[in-house]
Amino acid sequence: MSVAPAEVERPEVREEAVPDTPWVTIVWNDPVNLMSYVTYVFQQVFGYSKRKAEKLMLDVHHKGRAVVSAGTRESMERDVAVLHGYGLWATVSHDK
Amino acid sequence: MSGPDPDSTGEAGDLMGGFRARRRGGVTARFAASQANIIRALVSQVEELIAGPGGEDGAVPGAAGRGGAVPGPLADLEALLGNTGGPAAPPDDPVLARLLPDAYRDDSEAAGEFRRFTEQELRSGKLAAAQTVLDTLPEDGGRVELTDEDAQVWLRALNDVRLALGVRLEITEDTAQRTQDLDPADPRSAYLWVYDWLTYLQETLVRALW
Repeated sequence: MSVAPAEVERPEVREEAVPDTPWVTIVWNDPVNLMSYVTYVFQQVFGYSKRKAEKLMLDVHHKGRAVVSAGTRESMERDVAVLHGYGLWATVSHDK
Repeated sequence: MSGPDPDSTGEAGDLMGGFRARRRGGVTARFAASQANIIRALVSQVEELIAGPGGEDGAVPGAAGRGGAVPGPLADLEALLGNTGGPAAPPDDPVLARLLPDAYRDDSEAAGEFRRFTEQELRSGKLAAAQTVLDTLPEDGGRVELTDEDAQVWLRALNDVRLALGVRLEITEDTAQRTQDLDPADPRSAYLWVYDWLTYLQETLVRALW
């Protein structure tokens, strides 16, 4: 992700993003999507707090990927379709 | 929407100010004609690319033409984003592959199945977003006022343009550094300037909506 002119707050959060379930939605880092935009999308799509959305965004940014939701395969495919609508690079995966 | 905006008194002062929230809701920004032209041209190009060679799925034929001519070093915008893949399937063009990505990373069968059922809707959504920008951004620029709903659509459309430019310009995490190193005479510098400006614009739009 790229950094825009204005700085984004970077709170330290350690909690696990989502509980263990067989299917997950993964968002991958890319050099174009803005950190602020990705945070905003996580809030809009999943209803996450800004704090949780920022934590996930930073995971994507620093670790290259993050699990952003978990559940049935069908609901993960719905999430991925919505995220593709926002231009995020998202995939469905079977959790190991 | 109609009626004068009490904030529009500063004639050119806010041309680089990007978007900001309005007190009565929604967002506003002011564009010079040249800025509007660039956005319209790029949005039209992305629209045309997504619609495909036949212009199917509701895309208006000749959509690119409505962006108007872009002057100077940006005259090749069409060549930059135009479909280079001929009659190829979507994933063959790297820009389309990025805008319409696979939903499964290591399972091409599942990815194909998913694409078969969802890609048309994804294309339609992106085409509608592009159309919203073209409908709400006058060719000669001026003040644009958007409802929160339209502003979110703009956000997605601007992002699609940045994703497309990012692929064509081979943007990486450290492109900002490379931009500084580029010779101003390098034709890429004009495109990178546009990319950086769109980045700034999108950033102001996110913050205006937050």
